[in-house]
Amino acid sequence: MVEPARDTQAATKVVPLLKDELDIVIPTIRNLDFLEMWRPFFQPYHLIIVQDGDPSKTITVPDGFDYELYNRNDINRILGPKASCISFKDSACRCFGYMVSKKKYIFTIDDDCFVAKDPSGKPINALEQHIKNILSPSTPFFFNTLYDPYREGADFVRGYPFSLREGVPTAVSHGLWLNIPDYDAPTQLVKPLERNTRYVDAILTIPKGTLFPMCGMNLAFDRELIGPAMYFGLMGDGQPIGRYDDMWAGWCTKVICDHLGLGVKTGLPYIYHSKASNPFVNLRKEYKGIFWQEEIIPFFQAATLPKDCTTVQNCYIELSKQVKEKLSKVDPYFDKLADAMVTWIEAWDELNPPSGASAKVANGKA
Amino acid sequence: MSVVNIKDSDVDIVIGALNSDLTSFMNEWRPIFSRFHLIIVKDPDLNEELKIPEGFNVDVYTKSHMDRAVGSSTSILFSGYSCRYFGFLVSRKKYIVSIDDDCIPAKDERGFLIDAVDQHIMNLTTPATPFFFNTLYDPYREGADFVRGYPFSLRNGVTCALSCGLWLNLADFDAPTQALKPGQRNSRYVDAVMTVPARAMMPISGINIAFDREMVGPTLLPALRLAGEGKLRWETMEDIWSGMCVKVVCDHLGLGVKSGLPYAWRKERVRLPRTAATAEDCVVEIATALKQQLGILDPVFASAADAMSDWVKLWKALGSGSSPV
Repeated sequence: MVEPARDTQAATKVVPLLKDELDIVIPTIRNLDFLEMWRPFFQPYHLIIVQDGDPSKTITVPDGFDYELYNRNDINRILGPKASCISFKDSACRCFGYMVSKKKYIFTIDDDCFVAKDPSGKPINALEQHIKNILSPSTPFFFNTLYDPYREGADFVRGYPFSLREGVPTAVSHGLWLNIPDYDAPTQLVKPLERNTRYVDAILTIPKGTLFPMCGMNLAFDRELIGPAMYFGLMGDGQPIGRYDDMWAGWCTKVICDHLGLGVKTGLPYIYHSKASNPFVNLRKEYKGIFWQEEIIPFFQAATLPKDCTTVQNCYIELSKQVKEKLSKVDPYFDKLADAMVTWIEAWDELNPPSGASAKVANGKA
Repeated sequence: MSVVNIKDSDVDIVIGALNSDLTSFMNEWRPIFSRFHLIIVKDPDLNEELKIPEGFNVDVYTKSHMDRAVGSSTSILFSGYSCRYFGFLVSRKKYIVSIDDDCIPAKDERGFLIDAVDQHIMNLTTPATPFFFNTLYDPYREGADFVRGYPFSLRNGVTCALSCGLWLNLADFDAPTQALKPGQRNSRYVDAVMTVPARAMMPISGINIAFDREMVGPTLLPALRLAGEGKLRWETMEDIWSGMCVKVVCDHLGLGVKSGLPYAWRKERVRLPRTAATAEDCVVEIATALKQQLGILDPVFASAADAMSDWVKLWKALGSGSSPV
């Protein structure tokens, strides 16, 4: 029986790594009560709250956190017409937080995710583990059977080529979830009682050329290395699809990481996912995605980027062209999405000009 | 936990005997091996008679069988760890499980003995998923499934042809890594089996593996022999070479390769000759082996070996009798 950590205040003293280089991005439409549980681990860091839904509602942030908060009005004000690329009534809106951040690293977490316990009962500092994952290299070119070789107590196994042991920079750290697993609606309907109680003590690099379903519930990435690829698409209000925002970002990100020689890790840390969303609601949101992904996956598996695409933005724009060219026939939605991908990059570059030029962003209300 | 639709008679357990005395090895594995047919293949370079305890259904193959079957010029093919391949050749079962003779059953985190054969068969008889990575690892395991975003058309999976287990205690590290970290022991039990994605290369260790002989039998092959190949695992690459062939073939044929559970417990093995009967003799043997095998990698090992020999001489001269000072 898996349970969240109840008393994290007594957690061992935390040394906040990368305190001034990492932002925590949290999308919310309800409240931020869950932050209380994370306080010992999150308080040293700056938060970017992206408030979805009704902007006239006030979201209370627990005392003592340093944060900036953006609601829909702020997003519209800051991006103007480009705000059309940011989803409404879907947690996909979180990617706005990535765009306005000024830090090198992002950690994003859902507001129904709590602190998990490791098998010894100790509360897991998920943020610390993500940072360790991101700061150590990845090994996408050859699979190490003992998983992450840079972890204490592990190493490369016999037969692992020495020339590949330096690894490559890690762009993404994908964490997992105990309790409510990230299942799609059909699986939830068939297995409503299934809970993830298996703590798999591993981190591993997803090999080059292999795609995976990237979940945005417990995710960290190097914004400087891969940020512009983390667009969470057009979802929610006015869109024919939902619950594919992180998937879309994950497929784009993996293709670009593979092209640029960057690594993606998955595995630890675990968080405790407390809330199972309504599977019938989910089915309505996802069902088109279930059909479309049969076309989308082969598209991404076959996607290649030209050698002269050497920046994330160039790669992303190129991908958007291929989306328009090859996926529009699946549904006109992809035509809109391809345009939104371009708008996203334009907005990203406007808010994140090369150093020297000033950005014309006003901070959100505190 | 037993596998429902596989008969015990579908499985052969192939052991390459590089040690002549298999008594403790077989007794440790008895609860797990005793219901299966075993093929024990004796390293053709091993002179001593094999000692095998009673109570097993076992066929033993030796150099003379190899000579009779394939001709004496090819028995070199089966020298050392490669003797296992003779067992793979003569087996007629669908599944083969092969474990090095310096491994014993490991215990899981709750202290229960791990039935490595059962886990290997489970791995081989459930589908593999090489075309898309499942972040919750093996979706066919109890308590797991495919995650959101996993294409439905890929959820049938493909046949798993190879199951690569892992090692607690002594992990399968190469010589330089062992030299650098002589005290490192693998104590991390990772409770996962996963499919190694198509087109991803990996080092496949022969220490604890199982495979579907009908599907990929011929691709596990004795081919790459190192110039200085010896009787310790870190002196070999035969399994690594064989493994790369298997992976490429599986990728091409649309078969799967899994890695992870089961763990086996791998014991220390510093092989010293019987003639090393005293501590001093043993140190001299180790120093000789060190100089021969690691001295070529770095002069620091040659110096260490010389120092060890000098120390023994010093000990013999001054370490007993009247005090030197």
